[in-house]
Amino acid sequence: MTTTSPETNVRPVSLWRITWRRLLRQRSAQVGGAILLALVLIAIFAPVIAPYDPLEVLIGKEDVRKREPPCIHLLGCPPDKPQHIMGIDGNFRDVFSRVIYGTRVSLFVGFTTVTFAIVAGTLLGAISGYAGGWIDNVIMRLMDVLMAFPSLLLAIAIVAVLGRGLQNALLAIAIVSTPVYARVVRASVLSLKEREFVQASRALGASHAHILLRRILPNALPPLIVQGTLGVATAILDAAALSFLGLGAQPPTPEWGTMLGTERNQVFTAPHLVFFPGLAIMITVLAFNLLGDGLRDALDPRLKQ
Amino acid sequence: MSEPLLDVRGLKTYFFTEDGVVKAVDGVDLQVYPGEVLGLVGESGCGKSVTSFSILRLVDEPGRIVAGEVWFEGQNLLALSEAEMSRIRGNRISMIFQQPKSSLNPVFTIGDQIAEVFQVHQGMKKRQAWREAVNLLRLVGLPDPKSKAHAYPHQLSGGQAQRVMIAMALALRPKLLIADEPTTALDVTIQAQIMDLILDLRARFGTAVILISHDLGLIAEAADRVAVMYAGRIVEQAPVQELFAAPKHPYTQGLIASVPVLGRLQARLSTIPGTVPNLIQLPPGCRFAPRCQARVSHDLAQCTQSEPELLQVGPEHWVRCWLYEPQPESGPIPSTKEAA
Repeated sequence: MTTTSPETNVRPVSLWRITWRRLLRQRSAQVGGAILLALVLIAIFAPVIAPYDPLEVLIGKEDVRKREPPCIHLLGCPPDKPQHIMGIDGNFRDVFSRVIYGTRVSLFVGFTTVTFAIVAGTLLGAISGYAGGWIDNVIMRLMDVLMAFPSLLLAIAIVAVLGRGLQNALLAIAIVSTPVYARVVRASVLSLKEREFVQASRALGASHAHILLRRILPNALPPLIVQGTLGVATAILDAAALSFLGLGAQPPTPEWGTMLGTERNQVFTAPHLVFFPGLAIMITVLAFNLLGDGLRDALDPRLKQ
Repeated sequence: MSEPLLDVRGLKTYFFTEDGVVKAVDGVDLQVYPGEVLGLVGESGCGKSVTSFSILRLVDEPGRIVAGEVWFEGQNLLALSEAEMSRIRGNRISMIFQQPKSSLNPVFTIGDQIAEVFQVHQGMKKRQAWREAVNLLRLVGLPDPKSKAHAYPHQLSGGQAQRVMIAMALALRPKLLIADEPTTALDVTIQAQIMDLILDLRARFGTAVILISHDLGLIAEAADRVAVMYAGRIVEQAPVQELFAAPKHPYTQGLIASVPVLGRLQARLSTIPGTVPNLIQLPPGCRFAPRCQARVSHDLAQCTQSEPELLQVGPEHWVRCWLYEPQPESGPIPSTKEAA
């Protein structure tokens, strides 16, 4: 890793490779990336990892009590009892299996909403920044209106209009987070369009669409990538919050926010029911934030040699 | 001489700012003949660059071309649609800039960027375009073009970057190359190499060049004809030898006199007194009149009242100055240099 080959006449390394290497040297990115990788693997192999079906009601099938605390054989739980490392919930289901399957929902929510928000935000921001004038004004004032509301409140309002459910929650979160990306992209485009290479491209006959999409936007990617990574964390949190309020994923879907919401009254009697889903949310959000911070440092143009 | 390749007539480009209308280019007439190098000189802010951007119709808000015609290959460029104009840019008329490194897109390899010219204008496939790009890099004398094509702009030196820009500009063998101070940002030794390259390629492809510069030495060496600009207008136009041997316009005389000569001992460098006029509030009459010593010494009154037309003073020599207006009472007054 430390051997830096002299760059004389060797095929120059691409910018992505340079960024990738720099990213791998970041401690926070290492940790964040490793956790994220683990989460992705857990999501993919959920059926293998989870000992039970997340929706399976175990009453009558096993000797379990309602909201039974964790029973781990290694930690002294009698071996004749079935093992439930995160305990049993109020509906006689295995919490561990539900938390594992919850990874799928949360990652799905995070990635789809951010993808939608990035696509919409980039389009709006790029047009806004490049065109300028009244188009810029109309689009950005619209974004300002969206940003003026606390995002969760607006999301709740949107869900209230569209109806509850995971899909509508996704759409609401996507709409709410679009302005952030529109702003980031617009700012980049505004400064990039004045750069000399844009003028040079025009002097060589490139069209406006070509310049905006192929010449300017690739230069605007770094801040967008960072914002997107951090945005996944917020989206997961928002989705969990909506579900907690009963507006997002509906029971019996194994969603962390829903799990917290349904058992919130049992915080003192059965703390394991809110502890583990909460921990899962925290770890996931932390992973994206760490990775986002690492990316920001790795993509920082001021650190380029 | 033959038909001009480019014929700019009465070009006016104004910038509509909050402080007023900046008349950056105010009635420029300019001809470029096939295969020649036309030097365009003048001090900073006299409208050289705006003229060249106007020819390619690249003037951005708040600037606007308000009058004039730009005839090129039988069509008036100012009357074309934006799409037709895009086909001319880079294809028939190309341009290279002062800052080669910032004129290249930092996130693409230079091979990508040159290949793109072929892809945009000729619809070439990526692989073939890349091969052409490597050939071009070889043509402009970049060492090891095959691997250099994979380099990013920040991995190049200024001279190398300018070679890449030249490769891009000349990729499609344009008829006219506008070189806006192509060597200003480069080391002196590199300057000579880049100028040699431009002149060599011009000879090879028969490309006419508008060479914009404030470096009179460079112009004297490279140009065939020279146009001198002052405050948005051409004040003198002549073949290069004639211009340097016998400059007619007091401004041209001042410019040439202000170039230090190696080996000649001078207590002070000669300068032109005063500064360029405010392009929002131009003086009435000749724009150079407030700074003109010839006006004072010849005691000409009309200089501050009306502006002279371009007067022909030689077979290819035009000058915009009252000194050379044939007049019944005083007659043309020769310049000091010419008399010497």
